[in-house]
Amino acid sequence: MLDIEIDGKPMQVAEGSTILDAAYKQGTYIPHFCYHKKLSIAASCRMCLVQVEKAPKPMPACATPVTNGMKVQTHSELAVNAQKGVMEFLLVNHPLDCPVCDQGGECQLQDISVGYGGGTSRYQEEKRVVANKDFGPLVNTDMTRCINCTRCVRFTQEIAGKMELGQANRGEHAEIMSFIGQTVDSELSGNIIDLCPVGALTSKPFRYSARSWELSRRKSISPHDGLGSNLIVQTKHERVMRVLPLDNDSINECWLSDKDRFSYEALNSATRLTKPMLKHDGKWHEVEWQQALDYVAHAFKDIAKNHGAAALGALAAPHATLEELFLMQKLLRGLGSGNVDTRLRQSDFSLDGKRSGAPWLGMKIAEINTLDRVLVVGSFLRKDHPLIAQRLRQAAKRGSQVSLIHSTDDEILVKLFAKAIAAPSQLPVLLAQVVKSAAEQKAVGVDANIASVSVTPEAQKIAASLVSGANSGIFLGNFVQQHPQAATLHALAQQLASIIGAKFGYLGEAANSVGAYVAHAVPLAGGLNSAQMLAEPLKGYLILQAESELDSANPQLAMATLKQAATVVVMSPFKLPAALDYADVLLPVAPFSETSGSYINTEGRVQSFNAVVKPFAETRPAWKVLRVLGNLLGLPGFEQNSSEEVRAEALSGKPEFVADQLNNQAQGVVLTLSSTSQGTERIADVPIHFADALVRRAPSLQQSRDAALPAARMNAVTLAKLGVTQGRQIKVKQGAGVAVLAAVLDAGLPDNCIRVAAAHPLTASLGAMQGTITVEAN
Amino acid sequence: MSIQPILLAGLDASTADRTWRLADYMQRGGYAALKKILAENISPEAVINEVKKSSLRGRGGAGFPAGLKWSFMPRNYSGAKYLVCNTDEGEPGTFKDRDLMRFNPHQVIEGMAIAAYAMGVECGYNYIHGEVWDLYTRFEEALAEARAAGFIGQKILGSNFNFELFAHHGWGAYICGEETGLLESIEGKKGQPRYKPPFPASYGLYGKPTTINNTETFAAVPWIILNGGEKYLELGKPNNGGTKLFSVSGHVVKPGVYEVPMGTPFPVLLEMCGGMRNGKLKAVIPGGSSAPVLPADIIMDCTLDYDSIAKAGSMLGSGAVIVMDESVCMVKALERLSYFYFEESCGQCTPCREGTGWLYRVVHRIEHGQGRPEDLDLLNSVTENIMGRTICALGDAAALPVRSFTKHFKSEFEYHIENKKCMVPPEVQREGSNIYVTPNRVPSC
Repeated sequence: MLDIEIDGKPMQVAEGSTILDAAYKQGTYIPHFCYHKKLSIAASCRMCLVQVEKAPKPMPACATPVTNGMKVQTHSELAVNAQKGVMEFLLVNHPLDCPVCDQGGECQLQDISVGYGGGTSRYQEEKRVVANKDFGPLVNTDMTRCINCTRCVRFTQEIAGKMELGQANRGEHAEIMSFIGQTVDSELSGNIIDLCPVGALTSKPFRYSARSWELSRRKSISPHDGLGSNLIVQTKHERVMRVLPLDNDSINECWLSDKDRFSYEALNSATRLTKPMLKHDGKWHEVEWQQALDYVAHAFKDIAKNHGAAALGALAAPHATLEELFLMQKLLRGLGSGNVDTRLRQSDFSLDGKRSGAPWLGMKIAEINTLDRVLVVGSFLRKDHPLIAQRLRQAAKRGSQVSLIHSTDDEILVKLFAKAIAAPSQLPVLLAQVVKSAAEQKAVGVDANIASVSVTPEAQKIAASLVSGANSGIFLGNFVQQHPQAATLHALAQQLASIIGAKFGYLGEAANSVGAYVAHAVPLAGGLNSAQMLAEPLKGYLILQAESELDSANPQLAMATLKQAATVVVMSPFKLPAALDYADVLLPVAPFSETSGSYINTEGRVQSFNAVVKPFAETRPAWKVLRVLGNLLGLPGFEQNSSEEVRAEALSGKPEFVADQLNNQAQGVVLTLSSTSQGTERIADVPIHFADALVRRAPSLQQSRDAALPAARMNAVTLAKLGVTQGRQIKVKQGAGVAVLAAVLDAGLPDNCIRVAAAHPLTASLGAMQGTITVEAN
Repeated sequence: MSIQPILLAGLDASTADRTWRLADYMQRGGYAALKKILAENISPEAVINEVKKSSLRGRGGAGFPAGLKWSFMPRNYSGAKYLVCNTDEGEPGTFKDRDLMRFNPHQVIEGMAIAAYAMGVECGYNYIHGEVWDLYTRFEEALAEARAAGFIGQKILGSNFNFELFAHHGWGAYICGEETGLLESIEGKKGQPRYKPPFPASYGLYGKPTTINNTETFAAVPWIILNGGEKYLELGKPNNGGTKLFSVSGHVVKPGVYEVPMGTPFPVLLEMCGGMRNGKLKAVIPGGSSAPVLPADIIMDCTLDYDSIAKAGSMLGSGAVIVMDESVCMVKALERLSYFYFEESCGQCTPCREGTGWLYRVVHRIEHGQGRPEDLDLLNSVTENIMGRTICALGDAAALPVRSFTKHFKSEFEYHIENKKCMVPPEVQREGSNIYVTPNRVPSC
């Protein structure tokens, strides 16, 4: 520790701290623009100049390391003169158009100029004008306002992993721009809006809609990926106006993915369901809640009476809250049916009954940064888990060896130590090679089931890396969870983890994937899982927050089954187009912003939130709807008066973590390494902006590059083998379903594989996400 | 006064452009210093000591003692270390390295090889200004000669000393002459100075320990090794060892590059240049455009060394002596200089990016009869706000001319502001600026 003095106040700081760190610790404010705690130091705005004893010139506090005995004056005449001088320079070419600037009221330049700027400008010359740039549908530019702090440039390079912005030209001609003709396409691009200390980069969807001081700030939790990003939702007149990150270093730090940030647009979408609807004589009628719920209660009672309760099933999206899922399973089980599931995109359920607890990340999110060896298996990492990818990016930069086993070779923007790419059917063998190699290198016994695999150099390289680590982590991505041999992959990862002493876990697919297990919204003994519920048609279905035509492992099968069912009750915030066909009742239930509830994120953290706005139109929180439905069905245990009461029942208390319920260990899994696949394999990703019902309806996100139309991607070998010409429209087929897609060359794919995205209307008629697929060239 | 040239020794102005090749350099005694070091197995420490004794100061402008700089390089560093030669000569008025590189490139190569040996460096770059393309191509040729002759490369002259040297050209940005901006540029990035610390000796090219010296500094090294540091020091004066190249431009009879010992009185240099071309000496910028201007009476009492010029309130800088006679309008001269710094500011840090444009616009206004009474105070205040507050020295470089011009020639500026016209009649100015246009060199248009 070093002894220093800031403004006469003595303090101790750690070696290597800068003056700005020390001042922050002490609570002394030093004005700054270019400095940001998560970015490299530029020391270019010069706003943080302070006086340091014995230094002839004022020093930038952000870049000057403290030395023992250093005496710093942040408000001396020299310091304040320097700061005021810099402020004046920053304003000479700034347009000072605050009255028409969207940043007004939350602008660092505005705030600091109140303290350090002059009342009038001494600059009487012509001001600089900078042409605006097209950064895409999310970020608006007013480049004349830019003060060249380069925070956005450093963000794209250091945090988002790809230099999409730069400062071109020199001196006064310097301007921030993207590559010529290119937009900013990072899945984290919205963060540059927060980082911009002036009004140069503002939110395109939000701009001109409200002033920052008119907005109420409410805390919430992101309903999308398994991270559970902390949000500040800003509202005005009971309408969500925009979403900002809430700093939480153990979860999302100060970042948000674009999905978390801009999906709010869907909350105000015209496709919202306004009133309960009943289908009668093939026509839809808006009805009162009472009538709709009576109808549902009667229908479910009838089915239970005539066909047995086992003819009822419930399918919920893992984006539903803990409370909703808990009441849903309680309702079904109260009626006598154990057919409850949330794992809609899963196809291998053979781990059920063999698990020791809810599958989870296997560690705290913040621990990811500390790992020295990482293996990611089967994950579209950047798009499925943008901020976990960001943590791995930082870990890799610090020297962690990150390896990847997957079926596609997308631009991951994490420095990989090794990677092995294979067709989905070959992933188990590939992982088995790593397990075998690791066992050999560690000189422990090799499992007889995998003893016969021959280890490729890549697998050996991955194993060697893992074996050499002191603190390793193995992560199974969404692709593994959806894989037809998910149990085998799980068992292999478990073996590998035990051989090398690593932690292993799942990158949770959705905001409440862990919560679904904790709420028992998964089939227990005797209940049917989601695949069985669709393969063996039931009479009545309750669908909660899910959009089955896009959220299912096999949408073709899901649609066929739901269409023939006697009663399908859909609880959703949206008027789902396909549901108009297959459903009988549509109940408008609240999205995350209009209900209180809880999500349990991938590290097992329980995060509760309140509604940020009143429910839209006749919408009701789903937990209330389920609770009333329970009453109407005459079931016991539906007396809760608040979501907190439901949570207390589901979690027994108010824990911060559900640590005791989390366990990735599974016993008695039979390894099946043999490939079951013949013909051409489909590799299906869930594109980031099609992953759930909310984000699909966010117009600005739908214009981004990540929302491009799905294509039929394959490598040159596959293209040639199938006789397909790159760029042509081709028909891809699964079962009776056909999709017409552009054929695209993707050199990163394995042979005999076609990558066709799931969760998109264009491909919704196709079958299993990871099944075989045929092509009709034309 | 007899002057012994070191850097330009053996060169004849009329043939110099043809005697740059290895054979010519060898004839002049070239590579003897490198051979001596390797043959006699002189230790790197001894080489650095000799350079320290010589009191050779950095010739790029800052005048930092070269030997001291070399001793900052970590001795037992396990990774790569780099040596960089700064031939990014871009300051208005400076053209000494151009002549050195044109007429004596092998001297630079030899100096660099010796420096590399002294610091245990195996890889060097010579960063050459992009607007003198022929220097770059010539240096590449010289490198090929030296490589073929075994003066650079692996196992130099049969020893265990390896040193590979590469030429690298910029594209003409002034800021790339700033040493860390230069490093960024070699790395393929935009030439923008880095914040220091860390200094290049600990975090330089590609993040490795790096020493950067000016071309002329390297060129002086072989002589020092052959003749001893003390002898070099004796050539000049205490704390200002050796000889120095001065690039003299402006209203003198024979502008050009002159090598004189440090401490030579300014009038001697002026005489070597044939004296004033026309008219009377008005002012001199003694060290390149960023050095404060000195009026005639002050400069005539100065000797040409770091200390004397500093005492007079300016800088010896790179030794670019810009001589101005009475035909020069100081407002117009400053306008031109301010425009240069406005155009060449890298745009990274605020005071320089915004301040240089402000300075230029105000001076421009004064020159064009739009000056206001408060402008001189404004200029002074803006320069105060720039100086000492920027990442690199370009901010100061832009401010110093403004401060010195308005200080020493205040009356001219005041006249401009008051009378909306120049103190020096236009025809006198035209006469003065046209002196180099001889009939056969007038462009055809």
